Amino acid sequence: MNPETLSGDTVIDAVSAVFLVVGALMSLAAAVGLLRFPDLMTRMHAATKPQVLGLFLLLSALGLQMRTWWVWPVLVVAWIFQLLTVPVSAHMVGRAGYRTKHLHPELLSTDELEAVVQQAAGTRGFTDDDEVTDRR
Amino acid sequence: MSRKRISLRQELPLLVWLVVVWGALWRDFSPGNLLFGALIAVVVARLFYLPPVELGGRFNVLRAVPFALMFLAKVVAASFQVLYLAAAKGPKVVSAVIAVPLRSHSDLLVTATGHVTALIPGSLVVEVDRSTSTLYIHGINVRNADDAAQLRKDVRDTEAGLIRIMGTKAELSALNQEVGA
Repeated sequence: MNPETLSGDTVIDAVSAVFLVVGALMSLAAAVGLLRFPDLMTRMHAATKPQVLGLFLLLSALGLQMRTWWVWPVLVVAWIFQLLTVPVSAHMVGRAGYRTKHLHPELLSTDELEAVVQQAAGTRGFTDDDEVTDRR
Repeated sequence: MSRKRISLRQELPLLVWLVVVWGALWRDFSPGNLLFGALIAVVVARLFYLPPVELGGRFNVLRAVPFALMFLAKVVAASFQVLYLAAAKGPKVVSAVIAVPLRSHSDLLVTATGHVTALIPGSLVVEVDRSTSTLYIHGINVRNADDAAQLRKDVRDTEAGLIRIMGTKAELSALNQEVGA
């Protein structure tokens, strides 16, 4: 490509192309993680992290291609809401998964929560959480 | 209403955020639209009254910008780490659940630390003990005690960064003493 044709548009196109491809790669990473990881909580790692970056890259590429300033606030708000909600949903799913024992203890090198949970169950007696576990 | 009213100054960040969302959704930041948005923000904040977020009363922008950039870099690193682990280790990955006691007892800081922790490499909040402000964190690829200690240190460093940005003065001086000692 000649240096003359390397205009601003070409650079923007190239950057957004890279962002789109890497963003799609991140979605692929999340999918591979969901398939390959052994238990619920490791899968939640795959469902949170690459997804947030992937969305960031795709939204940036979109913003670069739209060439209007008013689209940026919408994209930023969309990403911030993603940042705020993804950890909460991952936490709720992970918490529920831990309490219903959807995990492989042999794949944990340490588990400092187990002792606390057992102690709490011992002092408080029968709790709602135990009921859930017993029904399984 | 029996609940304690909060001052306008405390409510202002929430109202500004609501107006920004309003403007972004209408894709229109003209004064008229913003004024109408502000009116709706006040009505919404009065009608759907939530417990106020207790802000620390200070916000250090000079600390916040490097923290935000560092956060973005860590999100990128986290994504590639998950990609690598998913491709290379897959079902054999070893994790751990570790307890991390935090310094701060403010709900805002514990929440913010939990959020940042969930998005940076290798950690996910499983359980929060609000009374002792302890986070129970599931770390991916934590194979031994050294990794666990490293993860614990990372989370506490994240919290230290957040205290420097928006912790209360008391928390900040306690942190400075701890670092100096």
